[in-house]
Amino acid sequence: MSMSSVNSSLAHQRRERRLVLLLLAPALAVVGGLLIVPLCWLAWQSVRQDGGFTLAHYARFLTDDVYWMTFLQTFRMAFIVTAAALILGYPVAYVAAGTSRRWSLFILAMVVLPFWTSVLVRAYAWLILLQRRGLVNTALTELGLIDAPLTLVNNEFGTIVATVHILLPFMVLPLYATMQKIPPELTMAGSSLGGTPLHVFLRVFLPLSLPGVVAGMVLVFVLTLGFYITPELLGGGRTYMVSMLVSRNIEVYNEWGAASSISVVLLACVFFIFRLASLVIPFERIMGAR
Amino acid sequence: MRVTLSIPAITAALLLSAAAASAEQITFVSQGGAYQEAQTKAILDPVAKLLGITINQDSSPDAWPVLKTQTATGKPIWDVIDTPTKDCIRGGEQGMIEKLDFSRLPNAAEIPADYKTEHSVPYEFYSSVLAFNKQKYGENGPKSWADFWDVKKFPGTRALRSHPMATLEAALLADGVPADKLYPLDVDRAFRKLEELKPHVTVWWTSGAQSAQLLADGEIDMEMAWNGRVTAVIKEGAPIGYTFNQGFLQETSLCILKGAPNLDTSYKFLNAAISADIQANFPAYIDYGPGNPAAYKTGKISPERAAQMPSSPENAAKQVLISVAWWSSPAGEEAQKRWASFIQK
Repeated sequence: MSMSSVNSSLAHQRRERRLVLLLLAPALAVVGGLLIVPLCWLAWQSVRQDGGFTLAHYARFLTDDVYWMTFLQTFRMAFIVTAAALILGYPVAYVAAGTSRRWSLFILAMVVLPFWTSVLVRAYAWLILLQRRGLVNTALTELGLIDAPLTLVNNEFGTIVATVHILLPFMVLPLYATMQKIPPELTMAGSSLGGTPLHVFLRVFLPLSLPGVVAGMVLVFVLTLGFYITPELLGGGRTYMVSMLVSRNIEVYNEWGAASSISVVLLACVFFIFRLASLVIPFERIMGAR
Repeated sequence: MRVTLSIPAITAALLLSAAAASAEQITFVSQGGAYQEAQTKAILDPVAKLLGITINQDSSPDAWPVLKTQTATGKPIWDVIDTPTKDCIRGGEQGMIEKLDFSRLPNAAEIPADYKTEHSVPYEFYSSVLAFNKQKYGENGPKSWADFWDVKKFPGTRALRSHPMATLEAALLADGVPADKLYPLDVDRAFRKLEELKPHVTVWWTSGAQSAQLLADGEIDMEMAWNGRVTAVIKEGAPIGYTFNQGFLQETSLCILKGAPNLDTSYKFLNAAISADIQANFPAYIDYGPGNPAAYKTGKISPERAAQMPSSPENAAKQVLISVAWWSSPAGEEAQKRWASFIQK
């Protein structure tokens, strides 16, 4: 009797494991087939030319100034966008975390709502708002505030505005998740010990919210590095990002090896940034802070 | 994804090979979209009827990568492609495109020599023209690239394509190089002239749709754009004018893949597709001009319509034919690579 029950429990375990594998199979197949295999192919492609091994595609990072200038510009954009998103996002998350549940739901809904609209549509929307005969310029001119239309788009400024708009949820949500978990008693204790509101914020609240800050910054930074449609449509052809260098290499010059090597270097940069950030907070918290 | 896609493809291929026994056929490839729809009516259906063959269609916005993979196996599926002439030339150099036997293409005799290459015959012409906002400049808009460069006489926002082809030529014309002395391009001189205008260029456009939108929204006062895009904007009622003067005539060509499964039928198709009578159907469906100028003598194209066509003899005379041979040469490739650093700095 006991023998057979052990057997049946073992069999049950085996069945369960098979079931788990079966359930995982589609996800594993998708990740393997659509991510791992293409990435390996990409890496392979980046060291091949005319059927032989080569490092020529990587050597271009040292010899071709377009390459490093593009990376420089991309990182510059990523820094500006991240800083702007933090400045705009922090107060929003702060208010959302501190207010009643109904209000915080409302605020978060406002943050996430644009998220459900396509990136392409939002890029065009910004174009309509910011262009020379767009809403903003028309309004400013009619109010008599400006004589000639301002150049708000088809440059780096327009690209930054639209990119910040698109990426703001990635800043606000991890910030909110972290702030919400900060016990209100702590700030109260700070105040009761005689701290001014500013002092309490700087000494108690801000340090406790730092994991959220890091998580939000890393997400926004890394996502900006790979931005393509927004700079392509709003950058006026001058805001040249790494992703555009990749696409140009393929579309215009048919240089698959060069395009692959750029992608690999960008990927390495992203890994490096995550590694750096994980020194401050664990990786799972960056991705799972929500 | 690949596997699921290829099953219908294989089924289709099997069905097609079964049909091959009964009738002659070819697989023709173009760039898709409205353009391919238009030529189906203008060229492909009439040719299929004329020759009694079946024309299977495929489309690829950029045929080059597919061309490379298909010919690498030695057994391509495609027969004839409609693609920028450059693909035919470099494809020919790399042994992927059939060298044409012009004795089998009697209709090619009517076509000017500089429209043809060893590997290709011209199919349709488009032009990179100077377009401008009529509200801004009235009837006295810019008429040449020298005007385009003249920011004092013609203040306003400008846009150019973020690509050296036709742009370098425009810079040289603006700098006073005679149109018949353009090639080989003086690349250094062209980039110097472009540097001059660079601060005044608001947008370097990267897609045809974008160039049209810039004109339609009044964001740009003058730009170099493809004539089909410009006329589409004008049809929608935007106050835009353009000139063929100093426009840059460019063509897509037909060429045959090396090892094409239906070589004989491909030749028959090519010869019929470039005939003046068939080519004269183009203007009825799309704003691109026939590749065979004899089409304008068939009486099928009205003088009004001919005036809008980039390849009509009258308009062609005002324009510069882009030398694809130069752009495919090492100097041309080098100029293209230099473009990225020009834009960046």
